[in-house]
Amino acid sequence: MNTLPQQLANGLFLGSMYGLIAIGYTMVYGIVQLINFAHGEIFMTGGFGALTVYLYVLPDGTSMWIALPAMLIGGGLVAVLIAVGAERFAYRPLRGAPRLAPLITAIGLSLALQQAVFNWYPNAKTDRNFPQIDAGPWHIGSISVSSGSLFVIVAAPLCMAALALFVSMSRTGRAMQATAQDPDTAQLMGIDTNKIIVIAFAIGGFFAAVAAVSYGLRYGSIQYNMGFQMGLKAFTAAVLGGIGNIYGAMIGGLVLGLAETMATSYIDGIPGMQQLGGGGWSSVWAFVLLILVLLFRPQGLVGERVADRA
Amino acid sequence: MRQRSLVILTSVLTTGALTLTACGSRDNSGDKSSSSKTEIIIGVDAPLTGQNSATGLGIQGGVQIAVDDANKNNTVPGVTFKVQALDDKAIPASGQQNATALVNNEKVLGVVGPLNSGVATQMQQVFATANLVEISPSNTAPELTQGKNWQASKSRPFKTYFRTATTDALQGGFAAEYASSTLKKKNVFVVDDKQTYGAGLAKLFKAGFTKSGGKVAGEDHVNTGDTDFSALVTKIKNSKADLVYYGGQYDESEKLTKQLKDGGVKIPLFGGDGMFSDTYIQTAGKTSEGDLATSVGQPVDSLPSAADFIKKYKASGLKGDYGTYGGYSYDAATAIIKAIANVVKDGKVPDGARAKIVDEVQKTKFEGIAGPVSFDEYGDTTNKQLTVYQVVNGKWKAVKSGTFNG
Repeated sequence: MNTLPQQLANGLFLGSMYGLIAIGYTMVYGIVQLINFAHGEIFMTGGFGALTVYLYVLPDGTSMWIALPAMLIGGGLVAVLIAVGAERFAYRPLRGAPRLAPLITAIGLSLALQQAVFNWYPNAKTDRNFPQIDAGPWHIGSISVSSGSLFVIVAAPLCMAALALFVSMSRTGRAMQATAQDPDTAQLMGIDTNKIIVIAFAIGGFFAAVAAVSYGLRYGSIQYNMGFQMGLKAFTAAVLGGIGNIYGAMIGGLVLGLAETMATSYIDGIPGMQQLGGGGWSSVWAFVLLILVLLFRPQGLVGERVADRA
Repeated sequence: MRQRSLVILTSVLTTGALTLTACGSRDNSGDKSSSSKTEIIIGVDAPLTGQNSATGLGIQGGVQIAVDDANKNNTVPGVTFKVQALDDKAIPASGQQNATALVNNEKVLGVVGPLNSGVATQMQQVFATANLVEISPSNTAPELTQGKNWQASKSRPFKTYFRTATTDALQGGFAAEYASSTLKKKNVFVVDDKQTYGAGLAKLFKAGFTKSGGKVAGEDHVNTGDTDFSALVTKIKNSKADLVYYGGQYDESEKLTKQLKDGGVKIPLFGGDGMFSDTYIQTAGKTSEGDLATSVGQPVDSLPSAADFIKKYKASGLKGDYGTYGGYSYDAATAIIKAIANVVKDGKVPDGARAKIVDEVQKTKFEGIAGPVSFDEYGDTTNKQLTVYQVVNGKWKAVKSGTFNG
């Protein structure tokens, strides 16, 4: 059997998930030049929000076809609330402060959220099982697709398309572009920049929740610390694509996901590289790729070189 | 103005600190006057939160039951036992800190734990220096008792270290024998998590499997904490293996088996006792059906000697299940308590009690709830029972018990 199609599909599924989270990093960075390191934890709370809806809100034994939309809404709501709350209480008071200050708050917030779930969510000290869609796996040619993978491969392009439409067509979307270009001038033109920033955080939070539901469906369980590694990878994806560029986030995610799966399956086949291949090395190659891109194309794959603001 | 508020702040803080210290000292004196009996602590070190905690809590629970029994039966006259359980989160450095804390507490005369072999390597020296006895209910790495060169020449590195579990040297080989002679598997894909336990298990399985005529279709490694194994699954699918052997813990193997079956690879996953947990089945769901795991000893539920223990455990309101090692932890704690009974008379702890207890544990011989308890010259258990379990209808079912001597 040919490995390549299946590995490409695997990379696509994983990359879509990275891309969904990366959008949250990239939008916030594009508008306020802040790297929201707590975004990985917002992703995690989205997953726990969705689980809460399934376990404690819906009646037992609800079919997943009904439960899933409810979980998306519930998880999304939690993630959006936390993202917006973080903006209001952790980042807004520090706007205009030196860059280091909000960065430190972000790291503090990420630890606080992780510990809050660890200590207060019932049984969150170990893996929490996530409800599964009872269907699949499907076989398309030599590729097999599980229900969780199907969900992310449908959800990611839908989210992207909706976001692209929103940003280019709606008044608010155009206001966002203007704010990203120059917040001060945008404000002079009558744009409520605070509102725009809140919207950027909210959209990022909702997409992270969609990614968290995909994570739960794909891997069967969620963890209080799942935001750390996923957040780091998604941040890498955002930088890879060109931070600040929403299409770049998606492309960066896909490239990263593909790089990881390809490295796992092919690097140890190269003569002399047996020691450096295999599943244990996937993250190493992902970061090697990041370094290479930053060396030769510091603005990222689709980012533009911008002059420093005067 | 500013200076005055500083003065107020300082005085508030000082008062607060003084109140706290006062509270602390009052507590201490209350403690002493309330108990006329000598208090002796049995330490526990295991992962109580995070990865592996389901199994770790079973260890804590097993020791708790043993201590409750000893207190109720007045096994050591004039002594009340207490459990002090410390969480190592399966991290070697935390284990070492915990070992130091236990050693520094004079009341601690024996320790049960840890769960992970990798953690144990960082704790042994600390206990050896303090002459404090340590019995692990679950460490399976051979070098812990038989030294780094155990395959060539055995030599015991620490005389304070004992265990009630048999070693990987037996588990890996036992699994290999079952896979080739009972399951008739020919082609195995071996995966491990690069940890002391996982890699050791995988190595020994591979050696045993190829010796009995099987073939290794492929090999790979994962990292602990990894969640996405889809690329690995494709590799396994392509290798045409009819069995996957996994050396590692349930945290990764439960995700691996789910993704394996979701990827359309309908072959069983076989692992060691690190995988043998109820959590494994709960998380992997029906994709775990048919998977196999070896574990040390015989299933606790199948032993008449453990019936009383299981009843007490269920009635105790302890969190979780006794798991794989609850029974062995009970026996380990009992061995320590029996040794203390020979050293501590009328509640008087003699000088050098810790060293004397180590000698007594070495001489231990009694019928434990999970089988006979005694230790050979390396500190290994003389009970070499092993069992293969399989997931049948969503439950681990013992399919074969036996002894294995390589």
